[in-house]
Amino acid sequence: MGRLEGSHILHGHKGRVWNVAWHPEGHLLASCGEDKTIRIWGRDGQKWVCKTCLSDGHSRTIRAVSWSACGKFLASASFDGTTSVWTYTKGDYDCIMSLEGHENEVKSSAWSHSGQYFATCGRDKTVWVWEVAEDNEYECAAVLFNHAQDVKKVAWQPDGTEWVQCANLTSHTSTVWSIAFNGSGDRMASSSDDLTVKIWQEYPPGNAQGIETPDNIPAWKCVCTLSGYHSRTVYDISWCPLSGRIATACGDDKIRVFQESPESDHDAPTFELEGTADGHTQDVNAVAWNPKEVGLLASASDDGTVRLWCAK
Amino acid sequence: MLSSLIKKSRSFIGLGDKNAAVDGFVEVCSAEQAEVATESFMDPEAERLKMEEFKEIVYESIRTIKDPEKPSTLEDLNVVYEEGVHVSSMENSEVLLVKVEFNPTVPHCSLATLIGLCIRAKLLKSMVDPFKLDIKIKEGAHNTEHEINKQINDKERIAAAMENPNLRSMVEQCVQEPD
Repeated sequence: MGRLEGSHILHGHKGRVWNVAWHPEGHLLASCGEDKTIRIWGRDGQKWVCKTCLSDGHSRTIRAVSWSACGKFLASASFDGTTSVWTYTKGDYDCIMSLEGHENEVKSSAWSHSGQYFATCGRDKTVWVWEVAEDNEYECAAVLFNHAQDVKKVAWQPDGTEWVQCANLTSHTSTVWSIAFNGSGDRMASSSDDLTVKIWQEYPPGNAQGIETPDNIPAWKCVCTLSGYHSRTVYDISWCPLSGRIATACGDDKIRVFQESPESDHDAPTFELEGTADGHTQDVNAVAWNPKEVGLLASASDDGTVRLWCAK
Repeated sequence: MLSSLIKKSRSFIGLGDKNAAVDGFVEVCSAEQAEVATESFMDPEAERLKMEEFKEIVYESIRTIKDPEKPSTLEDLNVVYEEGVHVSSMENSEVLLVKVEFNPTVPHCSLATLIGLCIRAKLLKSMVDPFKLDIKIKEGAHNTEHEINKQINDKERIAAAMENPNLRSMVEQCVQEPD
């Protein structure tokens, strides 16, 4: 039986903290919020301290932050309609690029694992895919109009080398707030305003289960629904590539950790609630597992704090 | 054996199985947490009175909200009404859940969303204790009520809308306390 213990509370942001993201090496944590700042946190002995505060990047709420897989770049997506790309040189972060194009609030951004592509999405219902050239020039490769409403989140499959619309996954009965791939990229978890978490599985062409794959594009099926656990909107979800644990951020102020049951069936998996963490005094907006340290989890909340937790 | 069966069936079936969820939760969390959970439950009568009181405070707060278009309050126009306020407790939490139903005078989308914003803003301004809030249009009052309900409860959309200075000042005018 697992436990989720709070280890650090990081103060600094004023007002709601919307998002947290770990540097791929795991030693730095970026956070952002309605105070229009990005904060970079790092270890200082036993404590975590704010190493940098970037306050001139955006004119409105910064909704999300994400790091490139190589760790050299940090992106910030803002309600001001722009996405900024930052890089660390000579002891400071510089904004090297400000991507425009979205008609209104940008809500999420992510680099592909190869670093070749960068995606942004927002309330204008579009997903923009940018190609990153050698000299760090970003060129818009495509604007995707597949969504009928506000797009909350983008995420790349871990080993995806090409992007192609392969599926329209319908199952949730209300807004889907977040998605997360597992370490190997053959499963994805989604969290929703309908109070559930769904687990999706990829079935490649020629799969043994006989799932059809028209046009030789992999099919995705919902193989598990976790309901009855969350009493409010599930704002974020994170799938640890090291331990396989799934963490959720919920509007009931709690963080929950799920783990696949030992006797789970591959095509009809079951997940157990391993632990619940109380601590935040308001909605939890984001959770993120550290990519290098097993069990280390970060969270962001409306209560203005970023918290670190240890899952045992 | 039984608890793992409960947990397994819950992940397949889920929603209806509230009791199993409560049992499962107490089973999974540590002994100390279970103790704290039982200690914080008030006796049912005190709990009911607390919620009644909360409901009154909520209605007192929203009834004086000014209508965005007409020189009247939402109560005067029957946009909000006492029966539209519901207060309930949430599982494993001390925080109360407030549900407010409202009936917009005209089926105009932007007005309905504006009223939704005003109700939320007024409550955030006047309530002291923490609470969770769901605002809904009265069923049948609007042909796109599902969409409007989603929007007026979408925290991200609300936050972005309130960053618009014109919208914010309109809301502030509506929720200003009467002199």
